[in-house]
Amino acid sequence: MTPMVGSQYVIQLTYLIATGLFILSLKWLSSPTTARRGVWAGEAGMLLAIVGTLFYEGIVSYQWVAIALVLGSIIGVPLGKVAMTAVPQRTALSHAFGALCVTLVGTAEYYLRAPNVPRFTMSVLSLEVILGSLTFTGSLMAAGKLQEVLPQRPITYKGQNFVNLGLLAIAIGIAVYLVLHPDAMYLYPAMVAIPLVFGVMMIIPIGGADMPTVISLLNSYAGLSAAAMGFVLDSKLLIVAGSLDGASGFILSVNMSKAMNRSFSNVLFGAFGQVQPAGDAAQEARSVRSATPEEAAAILSAANKVVVVPGYGMAVAQAQHKVRELYDALTKRGVDVKFGIHPVAGRMPGHMNVLLAEADIPYDKLMDMDEANPDFPQTDVALVIGANDVTNPAARSDASSPIYGMPILDVDKARTVMVIKRSMSPGFAGIDNPLYYLDNNLMLFGDAKQFVGSIVREMTGGGGHG
Amino acid sequence: MKSDLITSLYVFMLAAFIGFEVIRRVSPLLHTPLMSLTNALDAIAVVGAIILAGKQETRLATVLGTIAIVAATSNVVGGFLITDRMLKMFKASRTQKP
Repeated sequence: MTPMVGSQYVIQLTYLIATGLFILSLKWLSSPTTARRGVWAGEAGMLLAIVGTLFYEGIVSYQWVAIALVLGSIIGVPLGKVAMTAVPQRTALSHAFGALCVTLVGTAEYYLRAPNVPRFTMSVLSLEVILGSLTFTGSLMAAGKLQEVLPQRPITYKGQNFVNLGLLAIAIGIAVYLVLHPDAMYLYPAMVAIPLVFGVMMIIPIGGADMPTVISLLNSYAGLSAAAMGFVLDSKLLIVAGSLDGASGFILSVNMSKAMNRSFSNVLFGAFGQVQPAGDAAQEARSVRSATPEEAAAILSAANKVVVVPGYGMAVAQAQHKVRELYDALTKRGVDVKFGIHPVAGRMPGHMNVLLAEADIPYDKLMDMDEANPDFPQTDVALVIGANDVTNPAARSDASSPIYGMPILDVDKARTVMVIKRSMSPGFAGIDNPLYYLDNNLMLFGDAKQFVGSIVREMTGGGGHG
Repeated sequence: MKSDLITSLYVFMLAAFIGFEVIRRVSPLLHTPLMSLTNALDAIAVVGAIILAGKQETRLATVLGTIAIVAATSNVVGGFLITDRMLKMFKASRTQKP
């Protein structure tokens, strides 16, 4: 090893401080009161590390570095200003960019070093490039599905899992061969290309409802590939940042899988989304009670405690701001209003909380599933807006249901349940919901935004505007 | 194996433990900002790309490095921007007492 020169020590010192700031950044994110401080710590660490790197004496020209930094910032600003409903696809896109960066750097490093690449370096480089390229195309596909430029419906065919696992196995086989024979440079492009194809194939069979898990998993891969890059470049800062990201993605993936009562392999290899054949014919005869906005307003006004259960349908109908007006109207009458949020209510982890916070609903009124469920037996009205499967009591009681065992919000335990829904058609997963036939359930048929708007008008002014 | 490598493996293991412990404590309320923030931090990979594009050892390395800087910088800028925008929206109830 060549001895470090003076500037080298300074650069390493900036990296060390940046590493500390990154950890603090995530620590401060744990609570909404300190979270913004966390962003500042992250920014400071990032700035310090980038400026430190610019003093690296091996740099002979700043021309391309400067152009690229400016161009990247120009692209980054609009990506930081997307609408809150578009955050999931933005996040998927940024996983793709992160993975692209890692794959390109890995590829450049390989061609700079080949054919004399030590075995360990080649192993981590292969890991970096394989994870990076499959995350790149996989995330682009996920972003396309979320943005609805690609069909959201899962596409399946016979032997799909065999093809996918086969592709992955070939890529790993090539990687092993390259570790043993790093001079086989003609094989390198295949090690990049095959995972690129695998990334596409992996997302094809995945439907919209599984997106929270998939985004988290891709997040984890992006982090791990960056950590692998840290090993290749011998950069401890990158190893730490990559492992933090990898750990975060992993924790979120586990959370999401648990919330849907499914394993990773089940999400990746068992397409959901197909409509189940209708169970028993008896349900045809069961009756459903419905109510008008006036009746709903009267019931809500008479309540002491209301829990609103929002689902992605609320965001699709752009009803969050009307829901805030309802929250205001009820709070003014002394009704205790809270929100019960299922972990997969939305298209990525925590998405629903952001949408409600954007509509100015205080975050201390937002309860996660574990906080909300003990509350339902003491709740007068549970108001379900645009959520379906996450309130389906069949998940608790009916072992033949495809969602049996999935943790749900126990809205049926509230004194009265009101469900705003366009029609009786089954939800995203195509599963019938027995909640709608219960005696304490009232259906409010209509568009979420209009219906909530009508309730608010009833409560605030007796519909004076017509 | 070189001692460097062992040190790196120690760093990786410790960072993974810290990551799990710190991130486990993040409230589900903030899981979306968590993902966008870790994504921005992950873009620290830009330092590797800067060295590649700045060293200009081969044309391939310069080109790939330059594209990599663009990709990572957009994540840095976009990631921090949107995380801060989201966090600004989270307010406690006393701010809107009637």
